[in-house]
Parts: sequence; structure tokens; C-alpha cells
Amino acid sequence: MSFKTPPDLRYSKSHEWVRVDGDAVVIGITDYAQDALGDVVYVELPQVGATYGPGDTFGVIESVKASSDLYAPVAGEVVAVNDALESDQAPINSDPYNGGWLIRIKPSGAEEELLDAGAYAAFVESLQH
Amino acid sequence: MDTYEPPLYELSSPGKHGANLPALDVPKSPLPDALLRQDNLADFPELSEPEVIRHYTRISQRNFCIDTGMYPLGSCTMKYNPKVHEEAARIPGFGAAHPLQDESLSQGALQLMFELQNYLGEISGFDAVSLQPAAGAQGEFTGILVFRAYHLSRGEGERNEVLVPDAAHGTNPATAAMAGFKVIEIKSDARGNVDIDDLKSKLSPRTAGMMLTNPNTLGLFEEQIVEVSRLVHEAGGLMYGDGANFNAILGICKPGQVGFDFMHYNLHKTFTTPHGGGGPGSGAVGCTAALAPFLPGPRVRQKDDGSYEFFTPKQSVGRMKVFHGNFGMLVRAWTYIRTLGPDGLREVSETAVLNANYVRVKLDDIYPPAVDRICMHESVLKGQIAGAKGVRTLDIAKRLIDYNFHPPTVYFPLLVPEALMIEPTETETKRNMDRFIDAMRQIAHEAVENPDLLHEAPTTAPVRRLDEVRAARQPILRYNAEAFAKLREG
Repeated sequence: MSFKTPPDLRYSKSHEWVRVDGDAVVIGITDYAQDALGDVVYVELPQVGATYGPGDTFGVIESVKASSDLYAPVAGEVVAVNDALESDQAPINSDPYNGGWLIRIKPSGAEEELLDAGAYAAFVESLQH
Repeated sequence: MDTYEPPLYELSSPGKHGANLPALDVPKSPLPDALLRQDNLADFPELSEPEVIRHYTRISQRNFCIDTGMYPLGSCTMKYNPKVHEEAARIPGFGAAHPLQDESLSQGALQLMFELQNYLGEISGFDAVSLQPAAGAQGEFTGILVFRAYHLSRGEGERNEVLVPDAAHGTNPATAAMAGFKVIEIKSDARGNVDIDDLKSKLSPRTAGMMLTNPNTLGLFEEQIVEVSRLVHEAGGLMYGDGANFNAILGICKPGQVGFDFMHYNLHKTFTTPHGGGGPGSGAVGCTAALAPFLPGPRVRQKDDGSYEFFTPKQSVGRMKVFHGNFGMLVRAWTYIRTLGPDGLREVSETAVLNANYVRVKLDDIYPPAVDRICMHESVLKGQIAGAKGVRTLDIAKRLIDYNFHPPTVYFPLLVPEALMIEPTETETKRNMDRFIDAMRQIAHEAVENPDLLHEAPTTAPVRRLDEVRAARQPILRYNAEAFAKLREG
């Protein structure tokens, strides 16, 4: 099975994506992650103003199968959260790279090891065998 | 066929009733206004006795239960519960005993508790047992509170981290967090054991202890358990044994002898007291002599004159539950242990392990095992059938219902993609397991040839595929006529 990995994004090994947008970054979960989780039924996101180090847990995502932590691929301060997900989580599954975005962070510099699209696709491929 | 079973609210009509109260023989005295419901009981259903009996009997007939079929629900140990246990639990001295009656009037019940404490201690290699906790998770919570009390008593309050393997039951990290500890996850290695290097890197003077299930949730025996215990002890930590899978090692391995300091027993699994309907369970706990002073009370001890009394250890973490644990479960567990004896208990585990391996080997050519090893009492396979497009473990589980089997546990442990966790238990016959194996193989065939059979399953159950996503996103938590009517319209 192949998953979408847009070339303009970078990816963490814990399956979050990062998009640079001006002086902030937008973070969500990957197509592979949403497929592995199954239908998302609840997401707990931080308050604007919260700060995280690289790899810190910034929220919880719950599907019909399981509840999983969300890890900050990039350190920094949360400047916006996708409030629409509180009442409708469907975009995380149907549109993980756009409508399903989770938080916007003003980065402070430090970040997890991030992969480009090709390397992430290869990583996901390796997980399936 | 419309299989809708109307809720009692929809069967109600004014004036019907099922109970006839006796004539009033005391002066009439109204309840204080503050205690009266203000809604005039507007929604209160009014029904006759036969309507109520038929309603609940019909619902009970739709239940899948261990008395009607094989229930290979991994991790849950849905073994057959012998009926003689029910008889024992209903002996009036047990069944009608009041928890507040005097010890002198409850000596039989106390003797049973005393003996059960001793049996559980002997089976697991521990010095002391408390029968208080109501279920496994409460047993875990008890254990971690005892760890904290132990470290505090030694002036080591800085120990605030609990190590938990990534394969653990979710209750382990939840327990540690609820008791105020920081949870540190430990990786599994390629053989499904605790990764020793990862463990070493995470041990520190902050380590309060480690919570470990053995056999673990992959159904595998932790091959390096002695080494793991040694490392944790050297770091000053304690070993918590999650006894969820104790069923696999009765009479073969004593947790107290491989380095565990504390464990809980799921009497409702290993010692075959009924469960699956939401309880009651029993999560009795056992521990080493060093931790015994912190156990919850009341426990039972024998006095010099041979009689029995309750006592609570001086440094006890306190009561975990009102009264004396789920006493009815204690009677059933005692009966089970006494019926089987030491050799019988060992045979339970041997047969449970043999059965699980039989099913695994008969299926592993089409359902790949999570780890290719001889398993203990359960095996974890992957619902990844070669050539089946768009079929997931959930579809396989739902299709099993059409073959009249309860589905196995699915999507657990979390580290295995598309996990199917199968635990036949020692109480299934070879004939039943062969029927289950045939069904699983037939389903794999259908998954390739006609996957819609799986996507549409179940087709023979009273209800079809439930919309779990909608149930989670838009739950209706109590009866609501309007919401129900809307749902019925589809």
C-alpha cells in the first residue's frame, strides 16, 4: 500500500509532518499515520502559548482502535491550534495534510531528526515488512 | 427481519406495574421534599413483570457468552467457569454473610480468606497476600502505592519514575501516572523481550520500579526476566508483576522467585471466576516480606487459639475497597484451587500453552505471527492476508461472528500492526479449536475471493456492523426518544 508524502514537507519518524509557513511551522499527522490509526474520534490539542521541546508530547489522538500521543517534531511555542477538529475530526483522516492540520508552532530552533519525503516514504515502506 | 428490541421506555404505558406492595403496617410518613424527584417521574417506565422478564431474557439470548461458544479473546482469558463454583458461592454461610457481622460469626468466611491468601502466596512464591483490590487495575494501583510507601519509608522520595515496556497493557502507564509517577517507556527487542540496552539506558536513581507482564502481551515469556529484575534491583527499583497472564505459568514458574517484588492476580481470569460482563473481578495482590508492611487491609490472620481475625498492617497504604474485596469471587477462586490441586493447576497452564501453540501453528502460514517464537497461552498474529486487498483485521473479526465465534482481541498490543490476539484457553477441546481454525482459514480464502463478505459482516448477528466511529463521535449516553427515533429512521 502506498501513502501520500507531499514533497514540500518534512517528516518525523513518529509520523508527524512539518510545513514551513513564513516564520512559523504547521504540524499534522501523516497519511500513513491516519491510515494506521483508523477513524479518529477525538483529538486533544494544547492551548495557544504552550511551549514544547523537540519530541515532547503535545497532545493525544484517539481512534476507534487506540489512543496515541502526538510528539512535537519541532520545538517552540504554539501560536494556533485547529479548533475545528474539536467538533469534527474527519479531516484528519480525509485530508491529513491540509484540513487535518493540528497546531502551528513558532519554532525556537531545536528539532527532532526530520526526513524528506523520499526518506520518509522509504521508512514507511520498511515498517510494512 | 427487524431485530429491534424496544427499550423499557418504549414498552411503558401508564398504570401497569409488576410489584404489589404489602399493606402499610406503620404510620404513614412522607419523604422530605428535598429527597423527592422534581420531574414527577415523567420518564419512569411502567411495565408488568412478564414484560420486564421477557425484555431482559431476550437481550440475554443475544449475548455471546462462554456458555454458548468459544471465546478466544486474547489477554482476557475467557475460560469456562465451572458451575460448582456457583454452588459454593451460594452456600448460605458465604452468600448470606453480612460484611459487618462480627468476626466470631464469620469464622468460616475468614478461614476461606486466610487459606486463599496462603494458596496464592504459595503458587506465586510471595510471603504476603491481600485480597482487597476489586480488579486487576486496582491491584496495580495498590502495588504502585506500596512502591511509593516503601521508597518514602527509606527516605528515597526522589524515585519518581516507573518503567513500562511498549508492549504493556494500557493500565500499567495509567496506573503509574495516576499514582503520581512519570512513565518511562522501554522498547521491545526483535524477539519480543524487553530490550536490555534500552532498559539500562533508562535506569537511574529516579527509578521507583518497573511494571512487567510475564508472559508479556505478545504471549511470549520474557526470556531475560532474571536479568531484567537484577538490573532494576541494582538501580534501587522494585519489580511489579502484572499477573494478567499468570494463567500460562501456574505450577511452572513462581514470579516471586524470578525477581518480582509485588504482583496482582486476576482471580477472574486465572482462577476462573466469571467475568466479561463488567465484573465483579478480583485483583488480589501478593508481595515479598519487605513490602508486606504496606499492604492494604483488612487481611486475615490466625490467632494462637486457631481462630481467625482481621488485621491491617501498621504502615498500610490503606483500604482499597469497602469491606473485604469481592468476597464471592474469593469463594470461587478457593474452590478452583482446591478442586485442581497443585498438579491440576500445572496442567491448566500446560494445556493452555499447548492449545495456543496448536492454533498458532495451524494458522501462521496465512496469518503471519508478530514474532516467530513458541508462544505461551496466547499468540499474536497479523490480519495481513496475502492477496487480500482492503481487508483489515476488523473485517476478519466481524466475519468470525458469522461463523459463531467470538472475535479475538484486535489491534492490541499496539506495536503489532493489524494485531489479532488469540487465546483459546485450556478449556477448549481440539474439536472446537479445529472448527475455529477452519473458520479462520475459510475467512482468509473469502478475503481474497470475495472481500465484500468480510466488509459486510456480520450478517447473521442480531445487529449488523455497528458504526463505531459515530458512536464515539456522537455518543447518546442515555435514553432519548427523539434521538432513538432518528437513529431508527437511519
